[in-house]
Amino acid sequence: MTTTTEALTRADFQTDNDVRWCPGCGDYAILAQVQRVFPTLGIPRENFVVISGIGCSGRFPYYMNTYGFHTIHGRAPAFATGLKINRPELSVWMITGDGDSLSIGGNHLIHVLRRNVDLKILMFNNQIYGLTKGQYSPTSEVGKRTKSTPMGSLDHPFKPLSVVLGAEATFVARTIDREPKHMAEMLRRANDHKGTAFIEIYQNCNIFNDGAFGHLTDRKGKKETQLTLQHGEPLLFGKNQEKGIVFRNFAPEVVDVEEVGLDAIHVHDEQAPLAYHQTLAQFTAPELPTPIGVLRAVERPAYDEMLNAQIEAAVDRRGRGDLTKLFNSGDTWVVGER
Amino acid sequence: MTQIVGETLDPPAAQQGAGEERESVVIRFAGDSGDGMQLTGSLFTHTAALVGNDLATLPDFPAEIRAPAGTLAGVSGFQLQFGSTKIFTPGDAPDVLVAMNPAALKRNTDALERGATIVVNVDAFTERALSRVGYDVNPLEDDSLSAFQVLEVKLSSMTIDAVEHVGLGRSDAERCKNFFALGLVYWMYGRPLKHTLDWIAGKFAKTPEYVEANQAALKAGYHYGETAEIFAHTYRVPAAQIEPGLYRKVTGNEATVMGFVTASQLSGLNLFLGSYPITPASDILHGLSNYKEYGVRTFQAEDEIAAVSAAIGAAFGGSLGLTTTRGPGVSLKGEAIGLATMIELPLIIANIQRAGPSTGMPTKTEQADLLQAVYGRHGESPTPVVAPASPTECFHMAIEAARLAITYMTPVMFLSDGYIANGAEPWLVPDPEDLEPIEVEFHTEVEGFHPYMRDPETLARPWVRPGTPGLEHRIGGLEKEALSGDVSYDPHNHEHMIKTRAEKIARMANSIPDAEVFGEEEGELLLIGWGGTFGALRAATMQAQRRGMKVSHMHLRYLNPLPRNVGPTLKRFTHVVVAELNNGQLRRLMRDEFLVDIQGLNKIQGLPFKVSEIMARIDELLA
Repeated sequence: MTTTTEALTRADFQTDNDVRWCPGCGDYAILAQVQRVFPTLGIPRENFVVISGIGCSGRFPYYMNTYGFHTIHGRAPAFATGLKINRPELSVWMITGDGDSLSIGGNHLIHVLRRNVDLKILMFNNQIYGLTKGQYSPTSEVGKRTKSTPMGSLDHPFKPLSVVLGAEATFVARTIDREPKHMAEMLRRANDHKGTAFIEIYQNCNIFNDGAFGHLTDRKGKKETQLTLQHGEPLLFGKNQEKGIVFRNFAPEVVDVEEVGLDAIHVHDEQAPLAYHQTLAQFTAPELPTPIGVLRAVERPAYDEMLNAQIEAAVDRRGRGDLTKLFNSGDTWVVGER
Repeated sequence: MTQIVGETLDPPAAQQGAGEERESVVIRFAGDSGDGMQLTGSLFTHTAALVGNDLATLPDFPAEIRAPAGTLAGVSGFQLQFGSTKIFTPGDAPDVLVAMNPAALKRNTDALERGATIVVNVDAFTERALSRVGYDVNPLEDDSLSAFQVLEVKLSSMTIDAVEHVGLGRSDAERCKNFFALGLVYWMYGRPLKHTLDWIAGKFAKTPEYVEANQAALKAGYHYGETAEIFAHTYRVPAAQIEPGLYRKVTGNEATVMGFVTASQLSGLNLFLGSYPITPASDILHGLSNYKEYGVRTFQAEDEIAAVSAAIGAAFGGSLGLTTTRGPGVSLKGEAIGLATMIELPLIIANIQRAGPSTGMPTKTEQADLLQAVYGRHGESPTPVVAPASPTECFHMAIEAARLAITYMTPVMFLSDGYIANGAEPWLVPDPEDLEPIEVEFHTEVEGFHPYMRDPETLARPWVRPGTPGLEHRIGGLEKEALSGDVSYDPHNHEHMIKTRAEKIARMANSIPDAEVFGEEEGELLLIGWGGTFGALRAATMQAQRRGMKVSHMHLRYLNPLPRNVGPTLKRFTHVVVAELNNGQLRRLMRDEFLVDIQGLNKIQGLPFKVSEIMARIDELLA
């Protein structure tokens, strides 16, 4: 029985259940990082709760030796909200996928973000439906040929970070299954954020959509396609960090750093006005490098904290309620013996 | 709180010795939805309760917030019956109709029986208003109302005169006319003005001119009755023989709110409500939102699905999870209720039914969600169902719903309906000491723990709060292995789990009371009902019994599982009739379970049963 946090290791967060994702799935790498990072967060194991929806990602809680809840398709944000309101001391992590959170669960995702409930949301984006065996997802590119779209898909895809920024999420980040160190850093940042922290994790489905992010993970090419964000640092990329981003009339432009000078390069600011983060969220390689890291991290009171503060305020104002008070409230009258 | 003791409430001097005594009276106030008829009716109700009458009310308002003025669609009504004996229903037909305009008269004339009194606001009977509702001839001027005693009162103009000294504008002054009408009816029935005068003073404390004007209108109406001598009769309704104690007037929804707050206190669990606004359930959301100091957390979710999901999340965390809605909301919640059945956590779904399907008739009552409550989910997912029979009973059945959900670790349906949700009656406030605590045990013992081990008696699995060291485990919608709760696709395990979940609900019959049989335990006719039809069925049964007929009444509060004595009781009567406001849903359930040829008495008009409709059926069967 583990009640302290000191001795926790990765093994403490592993379960006996056989992991049933396909061999080679990007989910394994994510599971490994979460199991490595959780013991380092200073939180007792029993206070972690992992909540998922439906899809390949939905199986995640079964492999984490914490309290876990595999809920229904798309609704995990609502279950997590109900739990967090009632048990604010718990560290609640929500696992979802591009279909679960942006298709069937799109409504709940935007509302949990606007409320800023203190949850950590990891969205595995593989741009395909895996568990139902290969239909296109709301993040699949136009023209994608799948079992349900033999002539190519017609729907314009969501850019997940653009959607969540539209809901004014307070913490928005992106990482990649193949970048374990970066992922661990993002998990820690999410943990430290008070409010809803949303991380999009590019995750390779090697069965139905293999190589969807190959251009971002390929060792040779990735320096040209990834834009690694650091708060207070200029937006640089390229093999030798020789390229930079500037904004002219709000439009981003790739420039040669040597030509314009380092001072001219736009400096990343996690607290900048929303429009800047929205512009970053539109960057897609190869036209503009795909941003990796924390796009936005701002402070706004968390919903669960405010709700519980109202409970305390009501108790302060009217005294704690009990049955005698309850039954004697309102317009009452006494009927005497006749 | 206003503490009022009975003896200070003797009828006013004007009434002493005068007036004909009546056992009970039915009044209906009807006007435009902007005329304040709901308020007028509520205030009359309040005074009737305070002078010691028993009573029942029936608000009847349009779904539109403000339908166009003067139209039939915009007529809002409030009916109440008050009396010196036990009152079971708001009454079949009004003895008095107060009609504020031609639309109100036209909409309600059919409800009246010969001899009824109609008070009309004659000022509103203009040519334009009459033609608007299709009166070619002014009904006050032909003999179409000859069966009734019609009292033409210049309600608008007299109100304007009465409040002239306050200096309000003409239209503001005219809006006080509902108080003039109320004052007049108070005079007819010898009611004191004090409580309404006090209410006005409190309500409009910030605008003294409204206090002055409304009080003046109320008194003017009363004095008009006294001096005009146009009334053939006044009536006296003595106080009822009511059990002594502390009383409070409650609607069904208010009693539901109190019941769930009480269940939270009795169980020591924080109450969490996840809800999405929907008529007629929204008042429970509004009500519970005002009980924050009792630890009640309310969450207005983005939709019905999020509302129930959040309630399940709360239950997972160890709170008392509740969601409130009506039928279509239950449809949306169906998947989540299936999950709650699978993970075996307590959850209460309160369905305040109204006429359906789909949007149906938003403000009209119906009992057509029973089969949905019992069966309306995917897979084998047995769900217990309880149903209060009256506004005040909502309190007790809300506590019962919570007790069953917690004891058996299961979702429970609480089925109320628009009729009892909005109807009001006096409620004998209980003594907290008399209420049984609800036992809750959170499992903390690590040794020998399995998430799906079961209590041998109830078959409930343990409730473990996240945060408990050493008991980390996973739950979810995939089928569970019988003991460990691990995911299992084993065919025999699945069948075992389906049967176990069904057996758990069936065993609930061990901890619910037998159904009360009102009247003899055997006889010619057993009337069975559930929910808000109680009053009409009980009143009809009493009438029949007084006439020497062998009729008994069994009203079911527990619909799944049914109480143990239901089956044997059916077999002791020649005729069994299930009366319900649907096309025969309980009847179907009972025929299925007991193989008895049960007949139906069904009404699907968005309206409650009249006592006379039940009597007609009794006569037909036994005469």
